[in-house]
Amino acid sequence: MSLTEEELTMQSAGDSSSADSGDEEVIAPEVNRLARQTGEGSQELRPLQEIVIAGGPWPELEGDGQTMIINMGPQHPSTHGVLRMMMELDGETVVRAKPVIGYLHTGMEKTGEELTYVQGATNVTRMDYVSPLSNELVFATAVEQLLDVEVPERAIWMRMLLVELNRISSHLLFQATNGMDMGAVNMMLYGWREREEVLRVLEMITGLRMNHNFIRPGGLAADLPDGWQEAVLGVCEQVEAGIADYDKLLTENPIWQSRTVGVGVITTEQCMALSITGPILRSTGFPWDLRKTQPYLAYDQVDFDVIYTDNGDCYDRYRIRLFEVLESVKIVRQCVAKMPGGDYRVQDKKITPPPRARIDESMEALIHHFKLFTEGFRVPPGETYASVESPRGEIGCYLVSDGTGKPVRMHVRGPSFYNLQAISPMMEGRMVADAVAIISTCDPIMGEVDR
Amino acid sequence: MTQVASAYASPTDALVAAFPSAVVVVSHGQSVVHIDKALLADVVEYLRVSEEFTMCLDVTAVDHLQDSERAQIAGIKRERFEVVVNLISHPRNTRIRLIAQVPESDPSVPTLTSSFSGTSFPEREVYDMFGITFDGHPDLTRILMPDEWIGHPLRKDDAPARVPVTFKGDPGPR
Amino acid sequence: MGMEQVGHNFMTGQLEDVVQWARRRSMWPAAFGLACCAIEMMAAGGAHYDLGRYGMEVFRASPRQADLMIVAGRVSQKMAPVLRQVYDQMVEPKWVISMGVCASSGGMFNNYAIVQGVDQIVPVDVYIPGCPPGPETLMHGILNLHEMVRTGEIMKRRAANNGGAGVEIANALPGEPESTPVTIANSAHASSTLTV
Repeated sequence: MSLTEEELTMQSAGDSSSADSGDEEVIAPEVNRLARQTGEGSQELRPLQEIVIAGGPWPELEGDGQTMIINMGPQHPSTHGVLRMMMELDGETVVRAKPVIGYLHTGMEKTGEELTYVQGATNVTRMDYVSPLSNELVFATAVEQLLDVEVPERAIWMRMLLVELNRISSHLLFQATNGMDMGAVNMMLYGWREREEVLRVLEMITGLRMNHNFIRPGGLAADLPDGWQEAVLGVCEQVEAGIADYDKLLTENPIWQSRTVGVGVITTEQCMALSITGPILRSTGFPWDLRKTQPYLAYDQVDFDVIYTDNGDCYDRYRIRLFEVLESVKIVRQCVAKMPGGDYRVQDKKITPPPRARIDESMEALIHHFKLFTEGFRVPPGETYASVESPRGEIGCYLVSDGTGKPVRMHVRGPSFYNLQAISPMMEGRMVADAVAIISTCDPIMGEVDR
Repeated sequence: MTQVASAYASPTDALVAAFPSAVVVVSHGQSVVHIDKALLADVVEYLRVSEEFTMCLDVTAVDHLQDSERAQIAGIKRERFEVVVNLISHPRNTRIRLIAQVPESDPSVPTLTSSFSGTSFPEREVYDMFGITFDGHPDLTRILMPDEWIGHPLRKDDAPARVPVTFKGDPGPR
Repeated sequence: MGMEQVGHNFMTGQLEDVVQWARRRSMWPAAFGLACCAIEMMAAGGAHYDLGRYGMEVFRASPRQADLMIVAGRVSQKMAPVLRQVYDQMVEPKWVISMGVCASSGGMFNNYAIVQGVDQIVPVDVYIPGCPPGPETLMHGILNLHEMVRTGEIMKRRAANNGGAGVEIANALPGEPESTPVTIANSAHASSTLTV
């Protein structure tokens, strides 16, 4: 494909009123390298690396070889946060696509080195802000591995209950935003209706609707309140009714099918090469779910299925997430039935703050409380990698400690960061209108992409 | 993925047999192998081809400049940076972690994109945050910070982890 | 003779009052959801908390069609020029709400990567605290803005601050009855005290 020597200007989100009309580079046709001057500095589109896949050659391009570079984002109406896609188009066909990220980079890993382990959950919870309890779980698990403590049974089952409720609310958000992106705007309202119910229950248990800071190293912040069983079972029924509605609305819908079937196909080999996990991997016919293959918490004591399909397209991913909600509801019901009694956090004075009432009675409790919330606790030196299955894939926490109260390195392996690499092979050869569908079914959350 | 089943029961045994300079440590029940940084790409390729490690989960780095305590391991010379690679084998349902020491004077490591193209993004992030270059990477540019940013924020001596909070009435630039 | 004899005036009124009433009743937000606050902003637009009753459920994709920019989420160094560009593309009159602590002041992330307060980049009219602020708190802030626009208070505050109006909203706790809109003295001419 040859480029002409005329200046190709990038179309940004609006009219470019800023000072980028001055410098435009003239591209020599034999150099297959494109550079643009944008409002934020020069952006180079480099040729994509060879992906080790079992696939065919890129589609032959017709026409006179003139392609156009289109910029999508970082502010665009698709509700997936601040993702910027640079796409090279030949007519309506996407020739190459490159995701540009970093617009939500918060320096959370640096902040994590500054906060104590007690405060760490507040930081980590804001990475994947749609399923915050998964982030907190993986961080708490990593800290507990370094501390070499076992949390009590009740804490394990409570964590499982909360994480599955979070999975439900995350997948409902996916259904809502996915539907809205494809034009089924009422899905936004329906998805949010059920999600509000789940958030109401989470607020009853944890105190907050989002960014709960509830799963902490050593257990949880508080016990389950009275009446939680009725609330949780009530929300299970509402969610099941809602999912039945979405199924009726979308699954057999010919418009929905023509927009999603065969769109954004990815194969298992591509997923393995690109480090892709979660529903995207399961949609290619590979039933890998950490809850079954490397069980953590009490997943080996509850009965649920791993949902997977074979085609690897957007329709499959939509259906996987739809049915995963029902599996999560199954797990939640079993948690309600089997919740053990006992402590909700480890009874180790060095890690767990004392109950508030004790502070009035015992000087030792007061001192422990003070030390824990100002300095935190010390963790023996070491390094570990803990991972759980978040709604987006495998989320991992690599934690290195040097014996002090703050980590040396806290790195979170956010699944969306890797899943974004799937967008390029999925989009090539397809039309621009499919770009929104593809990004939407990858379900990226930019908070954990950029951290 | 037809790959030859390994003759060794444990991937770490096979690895040590193939690369004698590797040192195996067990950290909280997880297999960690310390290797020489020049061998990183070879070891990863070996694990992918011969030991059925199908996916590279994560490539990251650690800066040990300000550690108060650091464990010494026989046979490994500790440097300022470490590059950490996490791999998983789906057929064998096992994980392995590789750690390579990277000195500050020569912060470069061979790239893993020829074995797993999904290491493209994390290697760019390590470059952006630590300044460790990956030789042979097709597009080693900044990924999280703006392109014109100077410095590597996750280094311990670079950006401060906490900037002082400024208030509206403060004199001077905010 | 003429209209002066009529006891109450319903046909003549200040044009400014009419314009302010219209602006307040059809304030369209620009979609600028960045992070966690965006999720709560979308929840406010959903059926339960319903911004549609104020005519605001349409989040315009194009800033040219929007009056209100709700900066929902943390603004990173890379995003700051984009924020300014989108703000510049909005047509006057435009209002800015800074939603959440990260947009108002940098929040819990006082480090190299986050702009410590979006008012370093755009003039802010209402600051809404919370991490994230619930939809009720967001609506409290929006209703405050509406009242200020209706009475013209906002222009006075902007002139006083030489920038955005800079009104801070107290956190409306969940479970409490939804806050009633702020009562401001009904005359736009008298100097009104804004009670929040």
